[in-house]
Amino acid sequence: MILGSINPAVLIAALMVAATPILLAAIGELVVEKAGVLNLGVEGMMIMGACLGFIVAVNTGSPFIGFIGAALAGMALSLLFALLTQALMTNQVASGLALTLFGLGLTALLGQQYVGVTPPRTPKLDLGFLSDIPFLGRAFFSHDIVIYLTIALVAAVWWFLKYSRAGMILRAVGENHDAAHALGYHVKRVRTLAIMFGGACAGLGGAYLSLIRVPQWTEGMTVGAGWIALALVVFASWRPWRALAGAYLFGGVVVLQLNLQAAGVRIPVEYLSMSPYLITIAVLVFISSGKSRASSTAPGSLNRPFHASN
Amino acid sequence: MKKLLTAAALSVTMAIPATADTTKVGFIYIGPVGDFGWTAGHDRARAEMAEHFGDAVETTIVENVDYGADAERVMTQMAISGTDVIFAASFGYGPDVNSVAGRFPDVAFQHATGYIQDHPNISLYDARFYEGRAVLGHIGGKMTETNTVGYIASFPIPAVIAGINSAYLHAKAVNPDIQFRIIWTYSWFDPALEADAAETLIEQGADVIMQHTDSTAAVRVAEDAGVMAFGQASDMTQFGPNAHLSAIVDRWAPYYIDRVQAVMDGTWEAQNSWLGFADGIIEMAPWNDRIPAELQEEADGLIAAIIAGDYHPFTGPINKQDGTPWLADGETAPDVDLATMDFYVEGITAELPN
Repeated sequence: MILGSINPAVLIAALMVAATPILLAAIGELVVEKAGVLNLGVEGMMIMGACLGFIVAVNTGSPFIGFIGAALAGMALSLLFALLTQALMTNQVASGLALTLFGLGLTALLGQQYVGVTPPRTPKLDLGFLSDIPFLGRAFFSHDIVIYLTIALVAAVWWFLKYSRAGMILRAVGENHDAAHALGYHVKRVRTLAIMFGGACAGLGGAYLSLIRVPQWTEGMTVGAGWIALALVVFASWRPWRALAGAYLFGGVVVLQLNLQAAGVRIPVEYLSMSPYLITIAVLVFISSGKSRASSTAPGSLNRPFHASN
Repeated sequence: MKKLLTAAALSVTMAIPATADTTKVGFIYIGPVGDFGWTAGHDRARAEMAEHFGDAVETTIVENVDYGADAERVMTQMAISGTDVIFAASFGYGPDVNSVAGRFPDVAFQHATGYIQDHPNISLYDARFYEGRAVLGHIGGKMTETNTVGYIASFPIPAVIAGINSAYLHAKAVNPDIQFRIIWTYSWFDPALEADAAETLIEQGADVIMQHTDSTAAVRVAEDAGVMAFGQASDMTQFGPNAHLSAIVDRWAPYYIDRVQAVMDGTWEAQNSWLGFADGIIEMAPWNDRIPAELQEEADGLIAAIIAGDYHPFTGPINKQDGTPWLADGETAPDVDLATMDFYVEGITAELPN
């Protein structure tokens, strides 16, 4: 049997690794969009995180400090976006695209001295006996800590948006910023904080690429991961757990097609690679029609600028 | 629009006498010059060429240029600003080069690895990478302990397919049990995907990784996994000092110097060059010490035989994958077969994507 050379446990393990960068970026962007802001600069913030996280990790010798640096770098770039869109009222789509181009260019410059450098390794988390369980140990309990923290972050975001007072304010701002403003909430402050959170998450996602998944710094190394994260938010219809499922599905498609190819199975790779986007379009069509509409459409004020005078 | 173009063409013809002492050379690249692979190879050659001519040339580069409208815009801009010769360093620029070249007949165009030559001011140039792949196959076939080579391929175009076939035939010749596992990434440069592909291949038993993609990720992964790998287009030793056995290193410099000299002398003519070891266009990165001395000698001998013209990497009898004969005993592959190759040779078990 040709499929004999594919080990399902390894497949699941690889899928979780492949999914984590886009999941981190997507969960951040999800919060941003829930606050009513569309930041298309995810790719730019990711590459900032990938580059700065790498530089910090190499210079300090600690991947963990590297991840913190990546979060701060992503956040710094997102603050630029916040300044443009919240204070200066520029167009969000154009500002986001500009952010991506700026991030790609800036990191090409900053990272020049770091091409070919080996980063400090991120240790696998020692989970003791759990890692020794047949199959499950290899699939789920033999990862670095970032993978588990990412899942915890999804849970935290879910709880925050659903149950916390602050989360409800954030959603109110995203659904109807005029009403939120009338109630006395600081629309711009909430949005700026959300944008910063999104930047930090995207930065972490980028650093996961450069410090763990690849691991090295190469110019332009995110190659579209930020755009997949954006698609993922829509695919998830702005729900954290669906974003997790979607990221694992997207990651799974990539890993599965590589495995099938290596095993010599004749598969139409082009179509499989296309499938995440096709599914996203299908989900968009589905949620914009039919019964589920009310519960799973985009936040009402998404991509609409807010000014208190309106 | 047409007026604008005429004006542009005029400005070019006028610009040439004005800048007669310096020859302007433009380069457009598909990837970043920092890819440490394909684009880095071209930029190395550009730097060497610029150093050779000193003040007599002025070089311009634009990196990360996508195929299509972007490439046309960049090349048009170069032509308008008085560039004398433009090197378009990627396969996919073909249609763009031909469209711009038609509008600027006084500019010389040099298209790497292309096949479309609609205008008399377009030269095509390519390297016989399959010669280098033969050496990789020979070494890989002997070094592997699992008898499995993992191959990360980019797009199913003739140059890549010929590379796989050449590597396979020479691995098979020294190791009858050899098996190739092949992954197509449909990208020239995607570090994360290439890393995943390398991990998948290693997981499925490959202990030698060959790549026809441009990033250094696979060498890095091989180093971490304790297996062997060959770099691509540049010496990638620093990314995996233990894993990196060697690499086919592109050396376009002699050709670039030659062509720019021809532009300076006014003797530039369109040609179609396919250059290999013998022309110094490709060479092997230094052998890793873990390759046994006798195997290093064999590899050196293989290269020497190819340079001397005593040996062609595709020498019959060779059958196609489906068993139909391709080359008879002793027959060598005509260039046209290699330049249009769209089949695997007999013995490769994977199926070729369309």
